[in-house]
Amino acid sequence: MSTQYETVVGLEVHVELHTNSKIFCGCSTAFGAPPNTHTCPICLGHPGVLPVLNRQALEYAMKASMALNCTVADVSKFDRKNYFYPDSPKAYQISQYDQPVGEHGWIDIEVNGETKRIGITRVHLEEDAGKLTHVDGGYASLVDFNRVGTPLIEIVSEPDIRTPEEAKAYLEKIRAIMQYCDVSDVKMEEGSMRCDANISLRPYGQEKFGTRAELKNMNSFRGVQRGLEYEQWRQADILNSGGEVVQETRRWDEAQGKTLSMRGKEEAHDYRYFPDPDLVRVVIDAEWKERIRASIPELPDARKARYIAEYELPSYDAEVLTSSMKMANFFEESLNYTKDAKAVSNWIMGDLLGYLNANSLEFGDIKLTAQGLGEMIGLLESNTINSKIAKTVFKSMLETGKLPKQIVEEQGLVQISDEGAIKAICEEIVAANPQSVADYKAGKEKAIGFLVGQVMKASKGKANPALANKLLVEVLSSL
Amino acid sequence: MAQFDLRLQDIHNGLKDKQFSVSELTEASFKRIADTDSAVQAFLTLNEEGARAQAAELDKQLQAGGERGLLFGLPAGIKDNIVTEGLRTTCASQFLRNYDPIYDATVVRKLKAAQSVAIGKLNMDEFAMGGSNENSSFFATRNPWNTEYVPGGSSGGSAASVAAGQVYFSLGSDTGGSIRQPASYCGIVGLKPTYGLVSRFGLVAFASSLDQIGPLTKNVEDSAYVLQAIAGYDQMDSTSANVEIPDYTSALTGDVKGLRIGVPKEYMGQGVDPKVKEAVLAALKVYESLGATWEEVSMPHTEYAVATYYLLASSEASSNLARFDGVRYGVRAENPENLIDLYRKSRSEGFGSEVKRRIMLGTYALSSGYYDAYYKKAQQVRTLIKRDFDQAFEKYDILIGPTAPTTAFRIGEQVGDPLTMYLNDILTIPVSLAGVPAVSIPCGLAEGMPVGLQIIGKAFDESTVLRAAHAFEQNTDHHKARPQL
Repeated sequence: MSTQYETVVGLEVHVELHTNSKIFCGCSTAFGAPPNTHTCPICLGHPGVLPVLNRQALEYAMKASMALNCTVADVSKFDRKNYFYPDSPKAYQISQYDQPVGEHGWIDIEVNGETKRIGITRVHLEEDAGKLTHVDGGYASLVDFNRVGTPLIEIVSEPDIRTPEEAKAYLEKIRAIMQYCDVSDVKMEEGSMRCDANISLRPYGQEKFGTRAELKNMNSFRGVQRGLEYEQWRQADILNSGGEVVQETRRWDEAQGKTLSMRGKEEAHDYRYFPDPDLVRVVIDAEWKERIRASIPELPDARKARYIAEYELPSYDAEVLTSSMKMANFFEESLNYTKDAKAVSNWIMGDLLGYLNANSLEFGDIKLTAQGLGEMIGLLESNTINSKIAKTVFKSMLETGKLPKQIVEEQGLVQISDEGAIKAICEEIVAANPQSVADYKAGKEKAIGFLVGQVMKASKGKANPALANKLLVEVLSSL
Repeated sequence: MAQFDLRLQDIHNGLKDKQFSVSELTEASFKRIADTDSAVQAFLTLNEEGARAQAAELDKQLQAGGERGLLFGLPAGIKDNIVTEGLRTTCASQFLRNYDPIYDATVVRKLKAAQSVAIGKLNMDEFAMGGSNENSSFFATRNPWNTEYVPGGSSGGSAASVAAGQVYFSLGSDTGGSIRQPASYCGIVGLKPTYGLVSRFGLVAFASSLDQIGPLTKNVEDSAYVLQAIAGYDQMDSTSANVEIPDYTSALTGDVKGLRIGVPKEYMGQGVDPKVKEAVLAALKVYESLGATWEEVSMPHTEYAVATYYLLASSEASSNLARFDGVRYGVRAENPENLIDLYRKSRSEGFGSEVKRRIMLGTYALSSGYYDAYYKKAQQVRTLIKRDFDQAFEKYDILIGPTAPTTAFRIGEQVGDPLTMYLNDILTIPVSLAGVPAVSIPCGLAEGMPVGLQIIGKAFDESTVLRAAHAFEQNTDHHKARPQL
């Protein structure tokens, strides 16, 4: 990557709103049903049908806009975006053109310990399209209209993003905010959150933007970062060799790890937007706005600040914990069972996240309860178990969801703190390992570690490690 | 068919008193169609099986006794752009020649609830674009008064069928005059309700901000009865108005004393046939004799109405008709090379030339760089035209003028000249743009062809429009004239 160019990125994020029914008809929006089973004459665009706005969708869009610090419009107005494609049964998408629900917002992101504000140009409400599957080597296409009419908001950022890392942080923050507002499942892998990017390069110090490429088909957070990294490199390469970047739409190919041209500027559509005469304008009065505003819970940034102040957590911990509302809720619930916030944070950010990532799971998918984690930390504090036993208990909780006391009892995992019993084991181990004993005596301090390990092993991990260490030294020095 | 000249109340009593059955009424309708439709060609699809089954069922209910609604058992025709579940609905287009809808329009549900019998689907200009029925892609309906003449359009089949006594009443749709103008040409009563009074759900959209469904009947009283059955808020149509629906027949008092009538001078100007003007002036004399007053009023933006209408209606149509792409329903072209070719071929083969003309006009008006000069400007002019009406209604209870500048013309006479054809709607279009209600009623004959009187009212004031129309009817015999078929 050349350092003589500044990267400029703006993101368009689509978020599916998880209303029960579609935006303009009564069909279910549930994901994963057999193709074309959640359809009716209205979402299939049959002749004569009319759309009726789902108020819940508008309220979710208002809520999301407010959470993104946008000004909410006083009137909801819809426009038609006309284009022919088999995923669009009416051959137009009902969207918002000149009067989006939200405008002039912002969010703060944190990258490398620094906070940066990214502007939000607009948030508009629209309907999703159907899903096409190309079969027979591209000779035929199947269309599933279950998704058509699912309410979507499109969140358009200002071109304030400067690196792929910032783009990823921005997306993660958007996801967290949508999650906290409870307006979407925001799952990129299920398509309930999707991202397109505009990216251009310009020499440092230059005010005018360079020619941009629009990047599509980045289906994961990592995909967005990698796609932008590739595109950044590609454009720099063109500029360095004296070439000119072409304004076009490019597709990120995950398998090939590169972006490929989809269509040029001259193929850009004229969508012929005009106000949809089938939908009347809905006035959004101050009282309605206030009611929606009141329904917004504490958002990630506020929670993060509270965690730092209230629990004295490091900024990094607070950022990670609040990046998902379920994780933050789990964290707080655990604190009903222990006061050691840092310990809870460590377990969540270490073992728990590791487990979730390794198994592609999420909070909510697991059996482990916040009570279980909190009580386990309590058992550690009271020396009922040691950290080694804790790992076993933790694993068992993940698998069974049982509470730690029950696991400890059933598996006999209580820490041995009986000095006599531990001393007996120490004596056995010392007797069985003359070479290590000799090493220790010869001044090799490390040998004690091996011997403690042997004591722990012989006790099946249950010996109090501190006690084992102390008694072992006693046994050795008595030799 | 003498029965279809009976008053609705008399048919109702006849059924109740078992003078005749619903099945007999239904058969009489089919018989009349069999006798006359080779000449009139009003029907695209007959619902023989469905209508007979329904009639038998209704007769059973009749045997059981009890009170029945006024539309009970009445044979009705439905314009072919109003969808009927399982009953072919083509919009008179080749594109939909095989289309059987999977749901009923709200008005169809309401007629079913009122237990009238759907006899079949009526011919029209393709997708309601036209004023002569010559744009039907199947065949042209003919005027029962003279089958060499057009019945008007686009609800030509709806008007001709009622005029020919094939059905008791029919439903049409009016976007720029498509109920009123054919009613005028065929000598019957055609009512375009206020925009939003009747649900559009299930009306295949031409221009969504203008389309309204309304009744075509032989007399004003029937118009009120049918309107009563189909009017009202529908949660399936956001543009339908949540207003109290009055009892329309109770407005038919015959009393127009003190009624203030405005006569837009622009509606009586150049281009209006002197014989039409004469009939309208004669009608105004009738109103005078009944104690109403009239004077000329100016509607200064009338001259822009046709241009405004063709920009707005075509713009909306270009988007509304985009769903006909050969992918999900209707006719798909054979052997397309690729997706674009599938669209191109299906639409080239499926749509007729007038529909294509309007789609192109509308697409152009909405295109980037032209939107402000055409679509947006037209919206602004529409507001001015509305204001003309608002101002006139500050002084007058109703406005009266001719429905159309001329009587029906000969088939083929204007086919090659779409602009002249567009001017036939010059007196109905401003009303559509303003969204207010208007009825066309017969007010005489000119050289053997009917002349229509247009009575225009305030928004949601159908009662006054119907009262004025009814009073005229009570004091004249024009509505009793029948074509010889």
